[in-house]
Amino acid sequence: MKLYETVIGLEVHVELATKTKIFCGCTTAFGGAPNTHICPVCTGMPGSLPVLNKKVVEYAMAAGLACGCEITRRTKFDRKNYFYPDLPKAYQVSQLYLPICRDGKIEIETAAGKKEIGIHEIHMEEDAGKLIHDDWDDCTLIDYNRCGVPLIEIVSNPDMRSAEEAVAYLEKLRLILKYIGVSDCKMQEGALRADVNLSVREMGSTEFGTRTEMKNLNSFKAIARAIEGERKRQIEVLEYGKKVIQETRRWDDNKDTSFSMRTKEDAMDYRYFPEPDLVPVEIDEEWLTLIKEKEPELRDAKRKRYQEEYQIPAYDAGILTASKRMADLFEETIQICGKPKEVSNWLMVETMRLLKEAEQDVDDITIPPKKLAALIEMIDQGKINRTVGKEVFEHIFKEDVDPKEYVRRNGLSINQDDGRLREVIQSVIQNNPQSVSDYHSGKKKAIGYLIGQTMFYLKGKADPAKVRMLMEAEL
Amino acid sequence: MMGRGEKMEITIKPEMAKKIEIADKIERAKKTQITQITACELGKLIKERKISAVEAMEEQLAAIKKRETDYQCYLTVAEEEALEEAKRVQAGIDSGMYADSPLAGVPIAVKDNICTKGIRTTCASKMLENFIPPYDATVIRRLKEAGMVMIGKVNMDEFAMGSTTETSYFKQTKNPWDITRVPGGSSGGAAAAVAAEEAFLALGSDTGGSIRQPSSFCGVTGLKPTYGTVSRYGLIAYASSLDQIGPIGRDVTDCAALLEAIAGSDPYDSTCVASKTSAYRGALGNDISGMRIGIPNGYLSEGLEEAVKEKILKASEVFEQKGAKVEFFDLPAFTYAIPAYYVIASAEASSNLSRFDGVKYGYRTPEFENLKELYEKTRSEGFGDEVKRRMMIGAFVLSSGYYDAYYNKALKVKAVIKKAFDQAFSNYDMILGPTAPTTAPKLGESLVDPLKMYLGDIYTVSVNLAGLPAISLPCGEDGNGMPVGMQLIGKPFGEKIILQAAYSFEQTRGYKRPFDR
Repeated sequence: MKLYETVIGLEVHVELATKTKIFCGCTTAFGGAPNTHICPVCTGMPGSLPVLNKKVVEYAMAAGLACGCEITRRTKFDRKNYFYPDLPKAYQVSQLYLPICRDGKIEIETAAGKKEIGIHEIHMEEDAGKLIHDDWDDCTLIDYNRCGVPLIEIVSNPDMRSAEEAVAYLEKLRLILKYIGVSDCKMQEGALRADVNLSVREMGSTEFGTRTEMKNLNSFKAIARAIEGERKRQIEVLEYGKKVIQETRRWDDNKDTSFSMRTKEDAMDYRYFPEPDLVPVEIDEEWLTLIKEKEPELRDAKRKRYQEEYQIPAYDAGILTASKRMADLFEETIQICGKPKEVSNWLMVETMRLLKEAEQDVDDITIPPKKLAALIEMIDQGKINRTVGKEVFEHIFKEDVDPKEYVRRNGLSINQDDGRLREVIQSVIQNNPQSVSDYHSGKKKAIGYLIGQTMFYLKGKADPAKVRMLMEAEL
Repeated sequence: MMGRGEKMEITIKPEMAKKIEIADKIERAKKTQITQITACELGKLIKERKISAVEAMEEQLAAIKKRETDYQCYLTVAEEEALEEAKRVQAGIDSGMYADSPLAGVPIAVKDNICTKGIRTTCASKMLENFIPPYDATVIRRLKEAGMVMIGKVNMDEFAMGSTTETSYFKQTKNPWDITRVPGGSSGGAAAAVAAEEAFLALGSDTGGSIRQPSSFCGVTGLKPTYGTVSRYGLIAYASSLDQIGPIGRDVTDCAALLEAIAGSDPYDSTCVASKTSAYRGALGNDISGMRIGIPNGYLSEGLEEAVKEKILKASEVFEQKGAKVEFFDLPAFTYAIPAYYVIASAEASSNLSRFDGVKYGYRTPEFENLKELYEKTRSEGFGDEVKRRMMIGAFVLSSGYYDAYYNKALKVKAVIKKAFDQAFSNYDMILGPTAPTTAPKLGESLVDPLKMYLGDIYTVSVNLAGLPAISLPCGEDGNGMPVGMQLIGKPFGEKIILQAAYSFEQTRGYKRPFDR
């Protein structure tokens, strides 16, 4: 068998996080009873007209800038015509001739090292509705709530060579978009959808093979599997001496295989032409500067800064910056209490543990920085010990309790009275002669049990270091 | 016969008032005469409490009942809603509202491609036979704000495609001057209703001459505003880059007043850019001396009926007598306007009308096996021939491999035409010519040869391609006594200049009713 190279390009659709739709004032909120987030404009009522939501342009510009794109100063919309029941106007307002962003690139990192993936263009468009098949009545119902939700389509160059690179590209893209806040990128809600263009060619060849396009990919895992499956299928076709047909294929993740949807011969002619209902968007220097100034520090810069400015180890800085939510929480907390390493520990260890337990996403963290800072300060000042601290933290995480109030109400603050502490230690020594004699006969570890007993009697409200010191003195 | 203008006002107004007093006292029937006066005259009488908005509407409805069998202007007469609205407006007037609105209480007809909340809007198509819009077009809201009362919805060519109103799915509107002739189109119902005194005023729409040509054929005045002057929100689109809503009235003053009420930018239409209100009536002074008027040589050459040519030349003499400077010049670009127009308009139409698919609203074929059949049967059964013809032309010129040869080339022609007009306007304040090469043809003659019908748009379509304002007003009759219309074309947002010239011309001629033939 010959050696083959896989060539992959991705078209990624991202729902923008604007409050209202791209051409009308309807809400973009996910969910909602069917056909409640609609109006004459987004349902394509006769006579209705689109009016462009400026925020959509700004979000698209921000995405383009973050991906190193050129911003088109005079950008226009075009109509893509096709019939389908989820598309009420029978055309989608999109951009063909003058997309808002062009010629960008993002850097990905895989086991093989770093690599640049080119962005061919980013364009703005409107989403379609959803068809829901009712098996009971054997009819199809249409929910137009999603109609007109703003999308950007990010088209990469065919620069990826493996599923690993494709997934790394998607993860990087998702991170960037979440960082700049233009999308929540929730794949389970369809906020990020990818189509895969894939071809194979003999290793060393400079010409591209015939490509297929795969749709209906709704998780990174599905994308990786689809790439593997399609790569194998195409190589098999070539090995049998046949030709790959240019076509659109639908990936069925359950069956782990793809099916032909339509070939090039019956490919749709979308009859694109300039959208006459919208005026061209002029982006002047002032507007562009405004968006540039709003661009937040991106992950790579942040990670570097954490290491330099706060002496956070590279690995930790990586985790802290893996989500904007986490990075923001980190920075906001140290703004209040300093102690970057301490804050980092709480986020890296306890927070990640609780998230895992609750099966939550990092983006779902709701801990207020003020409360985390207060907790850290209480431990630092010896008002509670670390074990109690963990308990309090868990309650902040889950119930958003006020740490000071919680410690006071549950009587968790450390007993600062040495006299009372000595009393307890003395009684522990009296009641555990075996351990005491073990200690004296050289088994120094026995002190651990005695300290534990002391802490038990004090319900943990003591500083273990102090208990150890007093215990050693008493023994 | 009722008069126009200030001169007549002095003699007519007291007489009118007296008439109304008598009518009030003696017999209601006599008051039907009120439907003959102009919209602004009626508005004034209503303000002066000489007649109420409700009485005016009752008279209007009575006139419609009397004449509608002959002329067939209306697709829907919203009698109940109209009387209800008239009452509401009268109450408003009584409480001091509408002080700045010269048309408060005036009954108005609306072309049936403009959405009216709760009142069916058909585009004269089987496709929308039972379509009741859930919202009002912006112009309808503006009519309401100005206190105008909608009588109902008037006939048109199906989806505004046609020049005779004969492509209407529902009925054949007749020309009030000769019921064997067409009223023109596509706003044929609107122009005929105004001429037949079945409405004081009407709102039409103009994509390639659809306000001006029927106004010309019916002997009334119609204005197509500069693209971007009137909001298109709620106008069921034919060709979005060319469509404009505009007024049709019995005189220039009424058109100016109605335009004032509907013009101005709209947050729902980003292509509508005109400033909120322009005092168009303020421009109606008499003096046009020094005005520079150009007549393109090609406008008076082949294909033009002799009688029409003669009236246009006569009109140019009138302008000269009033001190304007009239000159002939070359405007060769306009000869390419018809093919460019039909390519662009059809392309946009093919996209705009795709939404009528039987899924959401409008006609749906009763029986179908699958989605494809639902689409095919619904659209085959729901649209008429002319609409199908243009949608097919449109889909063809946009299709892959033909786009550059047709659509893109048409856009280039459009740019050339616009430039040619811009150049002309560096020499002239406006351009004078015929509105149409002929007067109204006989019923049934035009659809036999659609290409010939398209050529009748020669003087009007270039104005839409260039986005310019133009007014059509009566300037005489041909040998058969059918009205001839002349067209005055202005520079972008130059409505005031053409209104001023049209008004000035109107003073020399007055208004003729079709019934006075």
